[in-house]
Amino acid sequence: MRSLGSGDILFILAALRWTLLLSLAAFAGGAVGGLLVALMRSGTITALRWIAFGYIKLFQGTPLLMQLFLAFFVPGIFGISVDPWGAAALGLSLHASAFLGEIWRGAIETVPKGQWEASAALGLKYWRQMRLIVLPQALRVAIPPTVGFLVQLIKATSLASIIGFVEITRAAQVINNAVFQPFTIFGLVGLAYFVICWPLSAYSRRMEQRLAVARR
Amino acid sequence: MNYVFEFSAVFDAWDELMAGLLRTVWLSAAAMAIGLVVAILGALAKTSGPRPLRWLIDAYIELIRNTPFLIQLFVIFFGLPVIGLRLEADQASLLALVVNVSAYGIEIIRAGIESIHHGQIEAGRALGLKPLQIFRLIVLKPALQAIYPSLTSQFILLMLNSSVCSTIAASELTAAANDIQARTFRSFEVYFVVTGLYLALSVMFWAIFAWIERAFLRQPASR
Repeated sequence: MRSLGSGDILFILAALRWTLLLSLAAFAGGAVGGLLVALMRSGTITALRWIAFGYIKLFQGTPLLMQLFLAFFVPGIFGISVDPWGAAALGLSLHASAFLGEIWRGAIETVPKGQWEASAALGLKYWRQMRLIVLPQALRVAIPPTVGFLVQLIKATSLASIIGFVEITRAAQVINNAVFQPFTIFGLVGLAYFVICWPLSAYSRRMEQRLAVARR
Repeated sequence: MNYVFEFSAVFDAWDELMAGLLRTVWLSAAAMAIGLVVAILGALAKTSGPRPLRWLIDAYIELIRNTPFLIQLFVIFFGLPVIGLRLEADQASLLALVVNVSAYGIEIIRAGIESIHHGQIEAGRALGLKPLQIFRLIVLKPALQAIYPSLTSQFILLMLNSSVCSTIAASELTAAANDIQARTFRSFEVYFVVTGLYLALSVMFWAIFAWIERAFLRQPASR
């Protein structure tokens, strides 16, 4: 068995870019899906509200790992083959859509009803009400929990290693299988996640406190 | 679409799935119970313990909440034997789940404790109650009532998270699914059914938590 060299550590740290790329892809996909879910869920069309509700409950009530497995195997049923990257990006995007949808629905509902009524009185229709009046105000409330969820999402990308996508956790497993220094290797990887996630968590918390003060 | 569904392969292994499901329930319930105790003690120490202890707890919370559960599981299962602590996959899973859920639990329960009005505690002191009595009788129950929704969603998240323990071959539902999948190659069918089973478990835990709230945490009429 060989020992852990600096090349190994570079290999692991270089895989961090795949963790970050996957996080970005999932967040972008989740932002689009999440906005759709939030609009459906907070809208007035009963059928759409229920579909969005079911979607959120389904993804919040099942393990992310199962969602990733299904994202990997379901496209195959339709004759589409996906690689681990595609499956991970798809699964995490659908997952993020549900959670961001629920967060943003909450933010939209904090906007007082009077704002809707006033903008309707000014002759604005739904889309312009949403875009010009409601969403800008909801955004302020939405930022802290959204950043908080981004931290969850970055950590969640580690599960992509289980379906064979080589991001930092998978790279660490590969190296650990060769040199077997689990404490050092997984400790280092944990530290890498911490360095990325902790500033985001701290930012989210500070924004939340600022909002709480402003609301008083 | 010319895929032929073959669910019989899954239902042939139904007993195996049910055994895995029971192990998941057991693992999750044990981690919830132990995690709740650890979280209450941790929150107590964090709100009224000596300063170095508070720092230590803060560091623990930040460390756990900003690293993936999978890495925590690997450090415990693969890393601890290096320093002489060898755990079975099931024990390592339970330990990792407790370590993980406690970090979230401490923060949740601390928020609950801080939601108790200070006058309540002073009133308890004026009645001659000892600090531990004040905590148990005046602080704990209303605090639990206040944070019950966040605590129980954290617990359901724990149950869903336990599926990750299949990576170290702990005996639980996802590991059972992996075994059946490896034997039958009916990947979609197996994971589809198991996803449904997890959904059923979520609903079940949610119903149990709602029952517990009605039975034990119902607010007294005046407050």
